[in-house]
Amino acid sequence: MRFLRTSPIGVVVGMLAAFTGAFAQDKQADVATVPIAYITERIAHVPLSLVEPILTDAGVQGARLGIADNNTTGRFLGQKFVLDEAVVPEGGDVGAAFEALLAAGHRLIVADLQADDLLAIADLPAARDVLIFNTRAPDDALRNDACRANVLHVIPSRAMRADALAQYLVWKKWRDWFLIVGAGDGDRRYAEAIRRAATKFGAEIVGARDYDAGSTARRTDTGHAQIQKQMPVLTQGEGYDVVVVADESDLFGEYLPYRTWLPRPVVGTQGLVPTSWHRSFEQWGATQMQNRFHAAAGRGMSERDYTAWLAVRSIGEAATRTDSTDAATIEAYIRGDEFALAGFKGLALTYRAWNGQLRQPVLLAAPRALVSVSPQEGFLHQHSELDTLGFDRPESTCRLD
Amino acid sequence: MKTQLSLAGAALLALVMPAAAETIYVSNEKSNDITVIDGETLEVTATVAVGQRPRGITLSHDHKFLYICASDDDTVEVLDLEALEIVGTMPSGPDPELFVLHPDGNPLYIANEDDNMVTVVDVEKGTVLAEVPVGVEPEGMGISPDGAVLVNTSETTNMAHFIDTATHQITANVLVDNRPRFAEFSGDGKQVWVSAEIGGTVSVIDTGTKEIITKIGFEIPGVQPEAIQPVGVALTDDGKYAFVALGPSNRVAVIDQQSFEVLEYLLVGQRVWQLGFNADQSRLYTTNGNSNDISVIDVADREVVKSITVGQAPWGVVVKP
Repeated sequence: MRFLRTSPIGVVVGMLAAFTGAFAQDKQADVATVPIAYITERIAHVPLSLVEPILTDAGVQGARLGIADNNTTGRFLGQKFVLDEAVVPEGGDVGAAFEALLAAGHRLIVADLQADDLLAIADLPAARDVLIFNTRAPDDALRNDACRANVLHVIPSRAMRADALAQYLVWKKWRDWFLIVGAGDGDRRYAEAIRRAATKFGAEIVGARDYDAGSTARRTDTGHAQIQKQMPVLTQGEGYDVVVVADESDLFGEYLPYRTWLPRPVVGTQGLVPTSWHRSFEQWGATQMQNRFHAAAGRGMSERDYTAWLAVRSIGEAATRTDSTDAATIEAYIRGDEFALAGFKGLALTYRAWNGQLRQPVLLAAPRALVSVSPQEGFLHQHSELDTLGFDRPESTCRLD
Repeated sequence: MKTQLSLAGAALLALVMPAAAETIYVSNEKSNDITVIDGETLEVTATVAVGQRPRGITLSHDHKFLYICASDDDTVEVLDLEALEIVGTMPSGPDPELFVLHPDGNPLYIANEDDNMVTVVDVEKGTVLAEVPVGVEPEGMGISPDGAVLVNTSETTNMAHFIDTATHQITANVLVDNRPRFAEFSGDGKQVWVSAEIGGTVSVIDTGTKEIITKIGFEIPGVQPEAIQPVGVALTDDGKYAFVALGPSNRVAVIDQQSFEVLEYLLVGQRVWQLGFNADQSRLYTTNGNSNDISVIDVADREVVKSITVGQAPWGVVVKP
């Protein structure tokens, strides 16, 4: 373990796995090393439900498992993968931690960061020749006007999520939606994606309401008494098939199911949720992944663990196929036509050339069981049905291809 | 149309009916049972409750027992085929999915999906002889006709591992396309065919040079390429045909084993995965996981002649002569 003092305000960034070893050719004959950096800002996320654990290591556990999987394969090819982890405390200096990684020679970066931090590091002059995998920020802007040539997006965008949900709701003929929007920036953007999906797939927003939940405590004695009076009022309206909730911070959405004015399902950020991973998911070999992750991390796999695993596996897959540990060779292969990643979704995952977004099916999960997987049958596309989710080439304002 | 097909099927069946009564066994992954089917009447005669999530199945050398990978119970169960009762279990390592029996009838080589291992089990003593570390998520298991070489495929590592059965050491690793599911040796032992589910191909590997001779791809008009997912592979011993199950495309490809040319695609049930010949290879049975049935293919005519409803999510199929 080595510590770097990286900024005037004294943010300490812990680096697991010594840099010194990561870049040297391994002492054993013919073993070449692929160093991968993982950078995260540790932002506390407290789920509203007491049943859900508060995770402090979401993301990094997936990256570590990806390294382990890469190394199982690598030992047959004389390749070794090493992860350097940079953990920045909330409000810490992400840029400084990132520059420390670059100074140590890193070129392949897994970024578990929010959109503003992601853009800040991607725009640093020293970052021009690095490849950054966005495993956390779902912002649609990053796939459009604010796209960057050195960033690939592993995590599905809000638009992909909203489209995945919309396809299922339209298939169910639940076309009239009542939209409840929280007060956070992310909530408003999520709601924008929902509105866009409604237009795209022929649904209608028949009512919409903003809701500022303030700062709600997780625990309140006899709390349900108030909640069961508030939620019906919040959803008072007529003629809707579902309530769509946009509450990314998980402040009130969990209160909506069973309490809506009309007896209707709740979908969106709570209830039936579009996500790239869910602990109930077991198809296409996902059981093996769930078991392997649980054995390694001692808990269920979260979405950020999955996207971090995919990022590390993207690098591993490219290193295997090119038989190379050179970062530039690896990047060229990932961006090329030959690249295909198996991610327990039943088909090959690839990166969109125009904005760097990973094409992928999106799960629709209830709290304790998988409900469906989008794209839904019948939503056709001239190139890939996966491109019915999110910003397709003609719609995206990003032109990296 | 359907009536015509089944009438034609009945006529065909009458022609190709094998002389001795065979029995077909199908493992049903979701309903935790084994369906027993009379090979002559093609009627279900019994359903036997077994352990959790039965997948790979194979017959003992003397045909008295069926070995069953009860994946979620982390064991291999032994089903007495006379009494149709589970009479024992064997150690298997965690999450056994597929296995292959040595041509001499012992040992059994088991792929453990969860711990990157191939476990070698003595079926008579019920003991573990060896564990061979392989790639991530081992699944496909093929053994050479002389029993000297075992090939295991690992689904996330994307390799076919060649294992010397005398030393239990890996002798070669051949990189194939994404998510290799199945390995099958040709009758002469000179090739091993490896399917890649996500890659959408079958690699034919020369067992001497360990080089890929060719990669067979598939194209079905009107079917999205992503839906073509090769899994089960069956090769006729006479070297004529290869059959490849193509998953959610609901087709089985028929390939010329010599020219590697795809001759045609047979429409079977939904999400076809595993394949099993009868004794004289006049018939091929396919497990269709999403339509809960098996399809019966007449090998000489290359035609689907019947489908039989089984349990939920049928996975493996074997035929007892």
